[in-house]
Amino acid sequence: MLRFIAQRLLTAIPVLFVVILITFTLIRLAPGGPFDQERRVPQVVLETLNKRYNLDDPVHVQFFNYLGNLLKGDFGPSFKYPTRTVTEMISTGLPVTLELGFYALLFAMCIGIASGVVAALRPNSLQDYVPMSLAMAGICLPSFVLGPLLILIFGIGLNALPISGWNATPGDKILPAITLGAAYAAYVARLTRGGMLEVLSQDYIRTARAKGLSPLRILTHHALRGGLAPVVSFAGPAAAMLLSGSFVVETVFQVPGLGRFYLQAAFNRDYTMILGTTIFFATLIIIFNLLADILLVWLNPKLRENMLKS
Amino acid sequence: MSLLNVKNLRTSFYTREGQTLAVDDVSFSLNKGEVLGIVGESGSGKSVACYSLLGLVPSPPGKIEGGSAIFDGKDLLKLNEKALRAYRGNRIAMIFQDPMTSLNPFMRVGDQLIEALRCHNKTLSKKAAKEKALSALEEVGINNARERIDSYPHEFSGGMRQRVMIAMALVTEPELIIADEPTTALDVTVQKQILQLLKDLQASHDLAVIFITHDLGVVADMAKHILVMKNGRVVEEGSPADIFENCSHPYTRKLIAAIPQSAKPDEFKYDSSHEDFVEAKNVVTHFNNTRGLFRQRIVSTVKAVDDISLNIREGEIFGLVGESGSGKSTFGRSLIRLVESQAGDIRIGKHRIRELGNTSLREARRDFQMIFQDPYASLNPRMTVFDTLAEPLLLHKLAKKNEVLERVNHLMDEVGLERKHIRKYPHEFSGGQRQRIAIARALAVEPRFIVADEPVSALDVTIQAQILDLLLKLAKKHQLTMLFISHDLSVVRYLCDRVAVMQHGKIVEIEETEKLFLSPQQPYTQKLLSAIPRIHTN
Repeated sequence: MLRFIAQRLLTAIPVLFVVILITFTLIRLAPGGPFDQERRVPQVVLETLNKRYNLDDPVHVQFFNYLGNLLKGDFGPSFKYPTRTVTEMISTGLPVTLELGFYALLFAMCIGIASGVVAALRPNSLQDYVPMSLAMAGICLPSFVLGPLLILIFGIGLNALPISGWNATPGDKILPAITLGAAYAAYVARLTRGGMLEVLSQDYIRTARAKGLSPLRILTHHALRGGLAPVVSFAGPAAAMLLSGSFVVETVFQVPGLGRFYLQAAFNRDYTMILGTTIFFATLIIIFNLLADILLVWLNPKLRENMLKS
Repeated sequence: MSLLNVKNLRTSFYTREGQTLAVDDVSFSLNKGEVLGIVGESGSGKSVACYSLLGLVPSPPGKIEGGSAIFDGKDLLKLNEKALRAYRGNRIAMIFQDPMTSLNPFMRVGDQLIEALRCHNKTLSKKAAKEKALSALEEVGINNARERIDSYPHEFSGGMRQRVMIAMALVTEPELIIADEPTTALDVTVQKQILQLLKDLQASHDLAVIFITHDLGVVADMAKHILVMKNGRVVEEGSPADIFENCSHPYTRKLIAAIPQSAKPDEFKYDSSHEDFVEAKNVVTHFNNTRGLFRQRIVSTVKAVDDISLNIREGEIFGLVGESGSGKSTFGRSLIRLVESQAGDIRIGKHRIRELGNTSLREARRDFQMIFQDPYASLNPRMTVFDTLAEPLLLHKLAKKNEVLERVNHLMDEVGLERKHIRKYPHEFSGGQRQRIAIARALAVEPRFIVADEPVSALDVTIQAQILDLLLKLAKKHQLTMLFISHDLSVVRYLCDRVAVMQHGKIVEIEETEKLFLSPQQPYTQKLLSAIPRIHTN
């Protein structure tokens, strides 16, 4: 198992390198630079700034300098906010984003798995159609529609929940978490239904019934484990997406998370910030995919044994 | 008084096509300690009848329409789901066909046994249940059960898995066991062991057993009473002797006749003066298990085909038999380079197979074709019969666009399919018809040599007999040379001129078919032959 993890982490290095290379090249190719303003900046100032941030070096030199610093754990200074480093900025937004992402993930898993299982137990009945239609709606509704809608209903109409802020009033985390998690809940519901339907038609479920087990025990002890495999594969990348923050949800609910940095950085041509957030996001995806794979192996004894052998 | 008395059982399935009566007025009774055989082909309703008793028919679409099933004074059909659960696995246990899929792959076998015990006896401690499970596993012949109890199903071989399945049925000490094709997925020698085990356990526990099978030979010397089912109805019943000697229903006669026990019909015998058409010399095919970051280290090698030499004469049907894992399929595939072999020399007609480059191999493939076991899996489900058959014709430029339809129609005639079905998709055909399509596909390019890998083992016996006759006819008509791979010795005897027996990647014995069957020389061949379930008639 350790070998497997080590192997996967080793292969992550070239992946990250390519991600950095592509991002680095693309942002240099994009027109404009970090110091372009609406008003033209005097040539002298521009040159000084470029010199200050070593932007006057040849591109490949800049690239290797950046890599060198990265190896030391230095993501560089932000070009837009000269007093702060990229590391600082990511680490201030990170705790909030992680918390919000965690709640959203929790919401997505609980609601998604539950409704998927309910739907799979009686396929093609009302019990199937209602949750699955809701799930379809959940996938179709973008969060910039769902968020304001929830605010309108629960915040303004029912006056039941706070509509913005983070950690300011009790319950202010509920609406953003639901808004962020809704689409994922919908995907999880559909995947759970599909996985469960497949497992429930397996011969060993018939064996379990022939043993006289109760439906609940068949569900919990025989069906869920196999039925959730597709959910687990989806949960890896989904967790990475959720935990890296969402610009829309954070803006709608005034949450001081990471999400807004992505967009701002891109608009501002804040080279180091763009690279920093991209690397962060790529790393999250790699890690969570690895976690999902480990979980899948752990769930399936046959895979587990193959893994232990090699 | 009988233990189980089933009267006028009727079960339907409601589908989009309408209602089908899967079990139509079936009645039987069974005493304590008795064995009842239910024989029929797929779709005859034999399994559904037994599943109905325990409420295991999926509903919808299934529905029990009427009848009664009195088990020990209670009508099982009138019980609700919860009350039925007290019978399932407890007083009436089941053994299913394929132990690979019927055991939960995610659960240790011990836990699956313990679960069966504890769900009917809540007061039983985990430890006591484990002891019981252990003794059940030991009773069915699992060696060092104490270690194996914590294994997962995939860590057992097929036969051992079926033993676990039997232990699971036995562990609750039921009065009745329903065994649904318990040996169908197993090799013939393993089948013999499992049948013996079931027989022993039935006697020692004084069990009542309902034995469902498509193979009359399997139940012949076990059951006291046999029902023959067709299309949901019991068409004939009686003692084994009655069934085999005085059967009155034409279907039963057909079933018995379909069991190939005879030698190859004389009119189809090949002319042994012909030249060798296929020559294989010292063929070696190994599969390597590799490890390391770049899979560069070879840790173990499976010698699937280990130095095999044989010749097949022109027009000969050459049988290759062996149990699963013996390497017979790999050899067949190596011959026509669907699998790359590592060494040896292979000649088919004028082609030196191992020396062909990619392009010339593709062109040469016209001359040799393959027929697979499962036509459902090997036909593209998104192509109509016409597309499937036309593709090779166009690919090898054997027909012009405007001739294709005529050629395909002709192929349909040859394999005995009606021309009007030409625009249908594979799923619209029955298993036998699908295998006919697969045969037509292989014949389309007018090959000289065919590798047929278990082409009839997924089929019912009566269908099997039809396909075998079709193969014989076509082989003679087209002067085909054929390598016929099968685990079923009786099929091979009926079809093949010569037979090679394979074990562990090597050939044990090659002989003229009848000579081999009458006086097998090697111990392994003798063992295989003696394991064929036979119908003993006096």
